[in-house]
Amino acid sequence: MNSRHPLLELTLVRFREFVREPEAIFWVFVFPILLAAGLGLAFRNRPAEVLKVAATGPALVRALRLEKRLDVRPLNPSLAVEALRQGKVALVVETAPSGVTYRFDDTNPDGRAARQLANDAIESAAGRSNPVPAVDRLMREPGSRYIDFLIPGLLGMNMMGSAIWGMGFAVVDARRKKLLKRLVATPMPRYYYLLSFILSRLFMLVVEVGVVAGFGMLVFGVPMRGSLAGFGAVCLAGSLAFCSLGMLIASRARTIEAASGLMNVVMMPMWILSGVFFSAERFPDALQPAIRALPLTALIDALRASMLQGAALAHVAPQLGILVGWMVLCFGLALKLFRWK
Amino acid sequence: MSSLSAPPALRVRNLRKAFQDVVAVDGLDLEVRAGECFGLLGPNGAGKTTTIEICEGLTDRDSGEVEVLGLSWEKDARRLRERLGIQLQETQLSEKLTVHETLSLFRSFFPRGPSPDETIARVQLEEKRNSRVGSLSGGQKQRLALACALVGEPDLLFLDEPTTGLDPQARRQLWEVIAELQRAGRTILLTTHYMEEAERLCDRVAIMDHGKVIALGTPRELIASIGAGHVVRLSSSGSPLDAAAFGALACVAAARTDDGAVEAQVEQLHDALPALLDELERQGRPLTELRVHSATLEDVFMAFTGRRLRDE
Repeated sequence: MNSRHPLLELTLVRFREFVREPEAIFWVFVFPILLAAGLGLAFRNRPAEVLKVAATGPALVRALRLEKRLDVRPLNPSLAVEALRQGKVALVVETAPSGVTYRFDDTNPDGRAARQLANDAIESAAGRSNPVPAVDRLMREPGSRYIDFLIPGLLGMNMMGSAIWGMGFAVVDARRKKLLKRLVATPMPRYYYLLSFILSRLFMLVVEVGVVAGFGMLVFGVPMRGSLAGFGAVCLAGSLAFCSLGMLIASRARTIEAASGLMNVVMMPMWILSGVFFSAERFPDALQPAIRALPLTALIDALRASMLQGAALAHVAPQLGILVGWMVLCFGLALKLFRWK
Repeated sequence: MSSLSAPPALRVRNLRKAFQDVVAVDGLDLEVRAGECFGLLGPNGAGKTTTIEICEGLTDRDSGEVEVLGLSWEKDARRLRERLGIQLQETQLSEKLTVHETLSLFRSFFPRGPSPDETIARVQLEEKRNSRVGSLSGGQKQRLALACALVGEPDLLFLDEPTTGLDPQARRQLWEVIAELQRAGRTILLTTHYMEEAERLCDRVAIMDHGKVIALGTPRELIASIGAGHVVRLSSSGSPLDAAAFGALACVAAARTDDGAVEAQVEQLHDALPALLDELERQGRPLTELRVHSATLEDVFMAFTGRRLRDE
């Protein structure tokens, strides 16, 4: 009988173990989509709101209704003031002997905006002509919204998590169960075992990135302005860097508890500092060089540049350099430190 | 035995290994002939697992010589790995893989050997071919572990405590499989602390204690070596019996107290039994229990060390 190549068998094992673990599928595929959908909804850009105002005379009502962004209710003065107190309207417009009176709370932006709109409408109705003609162009296009910022961040966070968790738990579990020792008792070349993790990760990466990026593009219209090859290269470098980091974390630990503690210590700072949910620029300048050197910052910066600004590969060379550096460092250390028994 | 002229499958000379300040193996010599099933029998902590793992190339030795299939670990590790079948104590195979998938994986590491299905048949797991490892019983898992050691058609098979922790029925089932391998002429080194296992499966047995071989031979030779084919156990009510008086009898090879009773090793039952009962009568002690069994490797271990193999 011809048996399959050991590397193929080992990689198949990785897939089988993954698809037979329903929790893993949830964390890798479903969770990031739920997160993106939830945050996307919460921070969606709303259309400009129509402001509710009250007016106390038919002439005023007619004049104000020329402004589409105002919802005008005719009310008598006492009811109008009551409605303002209860927040049902943002502004009350009354006729006054010398013209009009505006009642509003000047600490409420809606009140200030309604006053501006109402005043313009009344003056236009009274025959004012604008000395400088103006045209409004609205900036609501994809690429500058929060969801556009968020999706590359989630992609990066997901790549880090699945590489480190996937590698860490599986290796430490195999060591704890003495399966590693059993494998090195066979003629299997040891690096095949480690290579099988990287190969399966790269296959999984395509699915994983495809699912999250595809969701962002289809549901929220997140742009993909860079070349697909450039985007792929960034993902590849990022995933390899985190595989190596995962291998280093898993190289010595004998128990799942020790390994998960280590994983959290390594990942937690990056979740906070690397600009997944908000820009890393918010941290003090003194911290910036260190934050920029983190692999997750480098990956997310490169992903954003590629997806949102269409940056060419040469443009993200510094970030790629950081990722390759982490990969070489961690992989070298992991090979030296790895405990098989 | 014709295989006597063949070079030994395994030769160990003056092997030593210490962990920190605990000496695990203390100047051990061993020779396993091609085609025999050789047993290392001893209590827990005797150094059996350390010895077998040094022979398997998984643990480094402090000193001594180890030659496996005429090769050495220093020079021929890769070639040796291809020719050895290894079952470790307490390996847990991946629970999410099926029996067949597990064997395909292990088979892929070896350049030659039977197909996974043939190996499954050898260990009688046909019905479990497509079951997940996690759903197997303890005995089935051990048989799968044995199958993983067979996939490369090994010239030498190492089995470390293959039946430890199994219930009697599962143990017997595994013995059948191992006995079949032995009949097929495979060379096997197995460790065990079950004397019955060693007696049933092994052509020759080395009894180990404190990192040394204290007795070596076929099970029959070893039992004969203590000069007593039977063990008589006498109990009496009241205070513990005094072994010395029984041991002094001419027809008794040795006697010792165990849990208040006397155990006497004797060669001729028809002489010894009346003499023992007379001595009990002379001491004025009533007989409450009398048991006789043929001597076993357990008694051999007891004769050499004064202790039992297992504390149960």
